[in-house]
Amino acid sequence: MSKPSFVYVTYIKTTQEKLWQALINPEFNRQYWFGAHQETDWKKGSPWKIVFADGRIADTGEILDIDPLKRIVIKWRNEFMPDLKAEGYTRCTIEIEPQGDVMKLSVTHEAEKQGANKFIDAVSGGWPQILASLKSLLETGKALPRTDRLPEK
Amino acid sequence: MSMDAVFKALADPTRRQLLDNLHARNGQTLSALCEEMDMTRQAVSKHLAVLEEANLIVTRKRGREKEHYLNPAPIFEIADRWIDKFERGKLRVLADLKKNLEGTSDE
Repeated sequence: MSKPSFVYVTYIKTTQEKLWQALINPEFNRQYWFGAHQETDWKKGSPWKIVFADGRIADTGEILDIDPLKRIVIKWRNEFMPDLKAEGYTRCTIEIEPQGDVMKLSVTHEAEKQGANKFIDAVSGGWPQILASLKSLLETGKALPRTDRLPEK
Repeated sequence: MSMDAVFKALADPTRRQLLDNLHARNGQTLSALCEEMDMTRQAVSKHLAVLEEANLIVTRKRGREKEHYLNPAPIFEIADRWIDKFERGKLRVLADLKKNLEGTSDE
């Protein structure tokens, strides 16, 4: 059995530069990433983290590889939910492929260990909303409702 | 990537079944998916092509096998069409940011 993973793809009518900025710029992140943003200097080997709007650390890891405008590979572990943190590191690959005036954005997120993985299950619910909101933000100037903050539970 | 393609793909019960199967177990090969369906490999393959065309599934090559992954992104985009009416507040923030990032030029 392969390691638990998913691949999400969305097509966004924008430029490669704008999409790249939306992925790495904290001000952009906050609007479509549930109010959270990433903190890193976007260099290979650098530490990486996601910080919630209230300052709590959501996830931590490392930039495993980066090819500006094209590809980011992140070593990624949850930090704020003990049972999710216990699942260990995952690997997230974000890729941009220009196709004419449309950018194909792919997110592949996979576990490092075999077997069921609660963290992969959890992020698999979040990514589609983040991607749809990012698409809306870039194409219409407006992120989706309720993706600028954490869902209330 | 048209919305028509998504609705057309979702209109067929067999294709919804294939999505359900991938939802239960993501990343399956054609052979694995065929085991759960009462139809020829060729028919399953055709349905998968329609789903892929609509971007509802994404395929990845792993060695000699092709794995199929459920891609719910287009479904969220459809939902957005009817649920976005009530939130206009962030427009201004973005307009400012857009200006900062892009200078004053329009599209």
